[in-house]
Amino acid sequence: MTSTREATMTGNRRFRRDAGKLGYYGTAGALALLFLFPLLWSGWASVKTPHGFGLTNYRNMVHYGDGIGTYLVNSVEVTTMTVCGTLLVSVLGGYAFGRFRFPGKNLLFLATLAILMVPYPTILIPLYVLLGKMGLQNSLIGLSMVLVMFQLPFATFMMRNSFEAVPQELEDSAAVDGCGSFTTLTRVMIHTVRPAVVTVGLFAFLAAWNEFFAALILLNSSDKFTLPLAVVSMEGRTFGSIDYPTLQAGVVFMAIPCLVLFLLLQRSYVRGFMTGALRS
Amino acid sequence: MQSSTATPQSPASAAGPGGRRLGRRIRVRPAPRGRNRRRELAGLGYATPTAVVVGLLFLAPLVLVCWMSVNHWPLLGSPSVNFPHNYTSVADDSLIGNAAWFTVKYTLVTTVVLFAVALGLALLVQHPRPGVALLRTAFFLPAAVGFATASLLFLGLLSNAIGPVNPLLQDLGLINKPVDWITGSPGGALGSTVTLVTWRFAGFNMLILLTGLQAIPSELYEAARMDGANRLQTLRRITLPLLRPTIALVLIMMITGSLLAFDQFYILTKGGPDNSTTSVVMIIVRDAFVRFDLGAAAALSVVVLGILVLLNVLQLSLLRRREER
Repeated sequence: MTSTREATMTGNRRFRRDAGKLGYYGTAGALALLFLFPLLWSGWASVKTPHGFGLTNYRNMVHYGDGIGTYLVNSVEVTTMTVCGTLLVSVLGGYAFGRFRFPGKNLLFLATLAILMVPYPTILIPLYVLLGKMGLQNSLIGLSMVLVMFQLPFATFMMRNSFEAVPQELEDSAAVDGCGSFTTLTRVMIHTVRPAVVTVGLFAFLAAWNEFFAALILLNSSDKFTLPLAVVSMEGRTFGSIDYPTLQAGVVFMAIPCLVLFLLLQRSYVRGFMTGALRS
Repeated sequence: MQSSTATPQSPASAAGPGGRRLGRRIRVRPAPRGRNRRRELAGLGYATPTAVVVGLLFLAPLVLVCWMSVNHWPLLGSPSVNFPHNYTSVADDSLIGNAAWFTVKYTLVTTVVLFAVALGLALLVQHPRPGVALLRTAFFLPAAVGFATASLLFLGLLSNAIGPVNPLLQDLGLINKPVDWITGSPGGALGSTVTLVTWRFAGFNMLILLTGLQAIPSELYEAARMDGANRLQTLRRITLPLLRPTIALVLIMMITGSLLAFDQFYILTKGGPDNSTTSVVMIIVRDAFVRFDLGAAAALSVVVLGILVLLNVLQLSLLRRREER
């Protein structure tokens, strides 16, 4: 179609089209660079030293406070517990909401979605008191439980939709094979809902890895700090003079896993964001 | 939302059509009733973890925060009822008034800027052409980084010490001497924050707007072109009206998110200079963990919750009325 049109196109029109193309890619390219620039700059600043380039900033970051290892282990613990907890609760819950009828089903589902309506601080202030009463003050387990709760509306919604979409025949044939509902879930269903599991797991990972506010409220001794808390506390270490290059090393250290995951799982990422956005 | 009719139905259906069916079959095969009952129990079983998490970590704290808000509740020591003191002090505290005003101002500026940029980007990458996927990825990539991480990134990027912004502007001759963007002036602090938020969230909102744009049938665009409509007319007469539900969704998310802003101020501006960028949520945290007055923090949290619920109801009803028209 374009070729016939091109043939009839006058030189003037072709020039205008090419100019339009140039304008488009010029503008769009410049904007893309503008959006990529902060990330590239951070990487550059993290290896820049007064005498050229090197890993001094990373060395400083590694030795900060109790040693970055402590915070990394804390972050990995919280992230692992949050991802496992979210998947366990939301796969079972999604299965229940998507394939079963039981009394109180809608009420529970609505209550789960209502978590989205409530602002973080409103729920974190009483949670601080409640977790204290449960002996989970300043505890990574307590923080993970709270993060699971925050993930639940998105995760449950996503899993329920996914389970609802599984054809009834699949469930029936599993029943004919003598599977109970639990075996049906673990042997048959779980494979068909795998994309949703990946998305839910990815989002739980990102939320836990990057969580700042809940961690700030619920953790209060520096040996329990997760990476974002530790790197932010670098900011206030020496009042008045922030060690900016070391801070950028911390930024890169925290951002790399997220960026790698994004590039690997772009599809799940986008699907998750769409579901997350359309849930309301 | 198809299952939203299931609960009111389930007791009725046991006595209604299901019951009749059971009655007819009962002599031949008593199994279904037992099977249904078993499935009900199984469903309950699978939903139990959700119920425990929601009950223990969401509903219980929600009740507790209301109770806390009518008590003098120190961080350490035992609480005592002092209603309505916490609520009246919310109204009296001038810092809260300033924070509320700033939060509203910040919400307005952020929503306008962020929305304009996100819509612009969405329109830019709306049609498939070579390289467009790459552009979308570039715009979206900041959303992959955590928000606290992004705030720290901008702390360096906009700083006087190592940031590239001042040298660049000086080279271009736009400024004479380095400007302290983040802490130099209230306007600069607000601008820094809005820039950070726009960078971090524009791609994400672009993606949502893009799904809305792609739902508009391409025949409409072609018809408009046949009628000789120019780009601006097409945008005003076709794109924007049909995009309205998506726009409403994006705006609701932007407004809610901005009203609850915390991380960016805590990390980037620290509420300064002179408390000029102190948001409402920062006041809640200060009440609880600097002043050790959990009751006051709870009261303010309840007020914020009330305002947000009201706002959401208002926005949704506005949206619904528009759709009906």
